[in-house]
Order: sequence, then C-alpha cells, then structure tokens
Amino acid sequence: MSAAESTLTPTGYISHHLTFLQKPISTGDFWVLHVDTIAVSILLGVISLGFLWWVVRDATSGVPSRRQAFVELAIEFIDNQVKGIFHGDRHSFVAPAALTVFVWVLMMNAMDFLPVDWMALFYTHVLGQHTFRGVPTADVNTTFALALAVWFLMIFYSIKVKGLGGWVHELFCSPFGKHPLLWPANLLLNIIEYLSKPLSHSLRLYGNMYAGEIIFLLLGVWAATGLAGTVFGALLGAGWAIFHILIVVLQAFIFMMLTVVYLSMAHESH
Amino acid sequence: MDINLTLISQAATFAIFIWFTVKFVWPYLRTAIDTRQKTIAEGLAAAERGKLDLELASRRSADVLRETKDKSADLLAQAERRGQQIIEEAKAAARVEADKVVAAAKAEIDQEAERAKQSLRERVAGLAVAGAEKILRREINAGAHADMLTALKQEL
Repeated sequence: MSAAESTLTPTGYISHHLTFLQKPISTGDFWVLHVDTIAVSILLGVISLGFLWWVVRDATSGVPSRRQAFVELAIEFIDNQVKGIFHGDRHSFVAPAALTVFVWVLMMNAMDFLPVDWMALFYTHVLGQHTFRGVPTADVNTTFALALAVWFLMIFYSIKVKGLGGWVHELFCSPFGKHPLLWPANLLLNIIEYLSKPLSHSLRLYGNMYAGEIIFLLLGVWAATGLAGTVFGALLGAGWAIFHILIVVLQAFIFMMLTVVYLSMAHESH
Repeated sequence: MDINLTLISQAATFAIFIWFTVKFVWPYLRTAIDTRQKTIAEGLAAAERGKLDLELASRRSADVLRETKDKSADLLAQAERRGQQIIEEAKAAARVEADKVVAAAKAEIDQEAERAKQSLRERVAGLAVAGAEKILRREINAGAHADMLTALKQEL
C-alpha cells in the first residue's frame, strides 16, 4: 500500500481510494469491521431519519410548514408506491420500512457526489485516516446486509402469514402444481428463487455504486496527464456526476421497490 | 468483495433504523395527514351541502315569488271587479235617486198646477160673479138668485 502511495501510479491511486478503513476484531478474514462504511452509514441514517423525526415530531394536521410539506411529499410518495403493491396493513411495518430503505440508501448513494479527492483530503487531514471510503453502498457488506435483512423478513412474514405448514406447502407445491412428482422441481425452483432474490437485490445496488465510484476515479486519473487532461477530466466528471444523479435516485428507488415487492410477495399465497 | 463482520453490523444498524422509523417517524405524520384528510373531506362535504342548500333556497324563493305574483294578480283582478261593481251600484242608486227627485218634482209641479187652477177657478168664479153681479144688480135680486150662482160656481 505504502509503495503505491509514494509513487502514485494509476493503479495505486485507484486501489488507494478503494481501500476500506479496516479494523480487525479477531483473527480470520471475517472478523474485520469496515469502520468507514459503518461510521458513514450510521451518520447518514441518524442525520436523515433524525431530520424526519424532528420535522414529524410537531407535525400539524392544519396548514403544514414548508419543511413538513417536503417530508409529507416524500412520505406520500413512498406510501403511494407501497399502496400499489402491498395489499394489507402497510402502516404497521412495510411502508415505514420502505421509507427507511429509500431515505437511507438514497443518502448513502448520494455520498458518491462528493468529489473523491477532496474527500480524501478531508479524511486525511481532518479525520487523520489515509484509507477511507465514503460511499457505504459501494461496500458489498452494506448491500448484502440490507438484502439479507429483507430476505429474513420475507421468510418471517411468509411463515407468519401462511403458517409454517403453509410455507413448506408452498415451497413444494408452487409454481408447477401439487402432484408429488412435481415436488422436486418446485422445491428446486423455489430454492433458486430464494437464493437469487438477495443476490440480485444487493448486487444490483452494489454494482451500480461501485462502478460509479470507479468511473469517478478513472476520470480523476486524467488529472495526472497535465492541464488539458485535468480540464477534460473535470468536464467528463461533471457529466458523469449529472448522469449519476439519476443513478443514485433510481437505484435507491429500485432497492426500495424490490424490498416492498419481496415483502408483499411473502404476504400473498400462490 | 470481502464479506466480513461489517455485514452483521450494517444489518443491525438497518434493523434499528427500521424500528426507529416504524416507531417514531411514520405514525406521527400518518396521524397528521389522516386528520388533515378528514378535515378536508369534511370541508368539501360542507361546501357540497351548502351548495345544495343554496339551490333549495333559491328554488323556494322562486316559488314564493311566483306565488306572490299570482296572488297579487288575483287581488288586482278582484279589485277591478269590485270597482266595476261599485260603479254599477252607484249608477243604479243614482238612477233611482234621480227618478225619485224627478217624481217628487213632478208631484210638486202637479200640486202647484192644481193650486193655481184652484185659485184661477176661484178668481174666474169671483169675476163671473162680479160680472153677473154687475149685470144682475140692475135686474136681478142678488138674494133671490144666490142658489143659482153657487151652483154655477161649482160647475166652473
């Protein structure tokens, strides 16, 4: 790591920006914490959800303030999406969960807008950390954590709504039919489905954000080629950032929608 | 891609955030929005009711107006008839009165004429008697011929 930093090759530059601030808890590859991911995600969650709580705490049913109207707009937007997909008592869990997912993922994705090298200066000189990654959703641990949490909720609600027997029955008897000869095929398909859901759910978000970060870094490498390269890289960076606004919001929205879809599928029997 | 303990930590964070939203964010705003929705719905219903009331009132006022107009027209016609009647009555009364006055005048005239005739008769009789007296003074005794003279006077 230190050799790459001192010579500043493109590979060194990129891998430097893609190195997590790691803190080993115990021996072994698994017992490591990405302090940067955890700190940034908690900070963003506390800021965004805290803001919602602060606004909502003295929400009036009369004429809303600008602040409240903004929060209401966001919440109504989420609520309408959930209403279209989930048929049941959405207010007790699914809708607020969707709100959490959307707001939190959006905030974490939006960290990608911050210019990588300026943030590196901030991390180095203010936080005193040489390796620090600011985009929690570009860490596969975050997206897997969210997807797996949704996955467990999915199984939990499947069993809660249909009963354990109903759920097992569904594993064996859908989608092809009840005939015992079809049981293996049904089970195989359901296992594939249960495996693919969290994978596609998490890797879609991770891939998009990680690729976005890499492209910013590659554009940053242009600056090493001189003034013309710097200007050109800055222009391309601006273009990519503008396009990235779409990706950031869209990926947060897709992640939220998939969460709602998976949870509502768990509530409905085939 | 290195999966490590961060995953567990992030999942726990996620769970806490969901719990926070479910508990502290969603219900408050839900209540506020629901209450406002109810208020708006009530307001709209009241407006609708008001519109209906207005329509009813305007219809009723039109009814009243028409009724009044009909009634006043009736009254006018009645009054006209009554006036005509009064005029007729007055005319009749005047005619009767006039007849009466005429009759009275006629009677008076008749009476007057009778009286004049009477006095004339007396004056003529007087004159006749005076004439006869003058004639008879010379030849006839007034006393002897008194009966005849009275009878003559009666005939006039």
